[in-house]
Amino acid sequence: MNKFKLRLYVTGKTPKSERAIANLKEICEKELKGLYELQIIDVLERPQLAEDEKILATPTLIKDLPPPLKRIIGDLSNSEKVLLGLDLSPYQELKEDES
Amino acid sequence: MNNLSKHIGIEKIETGIEGFDLISEGGLPKGRTTLIAGTSGSAKTVFAVQFLAEGIIKMNEPGVFVTFEEPPDDIRKNVISLGWDVAKWEQEGKWAFVDASPVPGEGHIIAGEYDLSALLARIEYAVKKVNAKRISMDSLGSIFGRFSDSGMVRSELFKIAAAVKQMGVTAIITAERTQEYGDIARFGIEEFVADNVIILRNVLEAEKRRRTMEILKFRGTSHQKGEYPFTVIKNVGIVAIPLSGIELKQRSSTVRISSGNTELDKMCGGGFFRDSIILVSGATGCGKTMLSTGFAAEAAKNDQKALLLAFEESREQLFRNASGWGIDFEKMENDGILKVVCRYPEAEGLEDHLIIIKGIIRDFKPHRVIVDSLSALERVSTIKGFREFVIALTSFIKHQEIAGLFTSTTGELMGGTSVTEAHISTITDTIILLRYVEMFGEMRRGITALKMRGSMHDKDIREFNIDGNGMHIGRSFHNVTGILSGHPVFTSTEEVDRIEELFK
Repeated sequence: MNKFKLRLYVTGKTPKSERAIANLKEICEKELKGLYELQIIDVLERPQLAEDEKILATPTLIKDLPPPLKRIIGDLSNSEKVLLGLDLSPYQELKEDES
Repeated sequence: MNNLSKHIGIEKIETGIEGFDLISEGGLPKGRTTLIAGTSGSAKTVFAVQFLAEGIIKMNEPGVFVTFEEPPDDIRKNVISLGWDVAKWEQEGKWAFVDASPVPGEGHIIAGEYDLSALLARIEYAVKKVNAKRISMDSLGSIFGRFSDSGMVRSELFKIAAAVKQMGVTAIITAERTQEYGDIARFGIEEFVADNVIILRNVLEAEKRRRTMEILKFRGTSHQKGEYPFTVIKNVGIVAIPLSGIELKQRSSTVRISSGNTELDKMCGGGFFRDSIILVSGATGCGKTMLSTGFAAEAAKNDQKALLLAFEESREQLFRNASGWGIDFEKMENDGILKVVCRYPEAEGLEDHLIIIKGIIRDFKPHRVIVDSLSALERVSTIKGFREFVIALTSFIKHQEIAGLFTSTTGELMGGTSVTEAHISTITDTIILLRYVEMFGEMRRGITALKMRGSMHDKDIREFNIDGNGMHIGRSFHNVTGILSGHPVFTSTEEVDRIEELFK
């Protein structure tokens, strides 16, 4: 299995940010143990990175690898949608929210 | 009471957008957010860019541009023709983009709660980076399309507007409207930036586009009311035409200048006033262009500069006509005392004509301005637009304290008036009528000074003819009545004498 490269953008240490980090770690440990690399970026500390990546909404999870690149927005509480975004979902009939 | 007096109303910052600062009585409310609403193509983005550009050029105030719709590179390219080099300002650290434009082909999956605090963080970062005093956000409709939860977007935008206020910068937000007259903007945007609202319109009227701007509200401070025409010009941007901002404060001169014709000067009690507006009205071919040529040449004789704006004839025709009357326009132009500008009335909209004419007058600084003919411009505009043009032009000329001579062509050969006269007669100081008089199977010409503000003048209708040396004014049509109404009636000399006896 290919190695996953993930970036999670959050804004400050808000409950929403904490929830997103906890949810993501749980999913990764369950599905991708030992197969992922995760970087957490606080937009308040590194705004230029958010500018470069054109981040509007937070939390935003970006899956750089394996391709294709995907963006998942929200506190990641909907794990089915997260798995879909990471191309790990068994439910392929689920559709994306936005084109 | 003491507490109250400490609050000095709301301060404004000058935008630097020509005309707008007059309409808004000093610019935009400082430290607040103003909503600019308009339909598509109403120049919202130009306004947003110009607000920052003028800040950098005129006041050395850096700015941040938040773009929700067009990518920064498109904006950089689009505004080059308006004379703004955004890339250069970015290098100089005076301009920063916050790029919130959509990335084509890149969607997102929503998996839980989110907010737009990253956008706010980026805006705050950019403001700090260039020490911005101004922010433009263009345009809000696009962001509502990208996030399905419009309630969340609205409350996040409210947060951004509140944060902008805290940062002490002055902001404008643009928003789409679906129709020219109706709701202020879509998505109820006006509710959270409702302090100040400006509406830009681009109305189709009698097959012509007419741009106007209206300040709907400025909370807690004053502004001019109603719609004002504006135009977007190459290398300048938006120029508004503030009609009610015009003040009748020009001084009045008692110095007389010659019309170029000694007899006509006598009829006017010694010549026109130096800073007066003169209207010459007459049917086609009755000597208006001749009179204006003489008026221009007279300036040259006194080492004064004349500007001739021709909308009916080409340069070649004008120069040939002038030389026919012994006037060398070519030499005068080479000497720098005359400038002849010929334009097709249809070449531009009336607002653009006005801005161009003002520009030429400012640069050339003439002592006399001649417009031949004003009525030719009637046909490129609506009646309302034409009236605004005439008022704006005459008041500008009066402010320069120079003389303006306008010609107006009447529709009928004998008698009659034109639309031009109806709009302009009250603002002119002098009206000269040239009329054909049909007499015993012959067309003869009559001239009269109908109005001469602040001076005695000849009340007679006098006969004149034109030859190789110009205009020659003769004696009055003593025994003809009804010339002005276009129905001349001849009375025998005995009858005229008898009536005069009766009233002695």
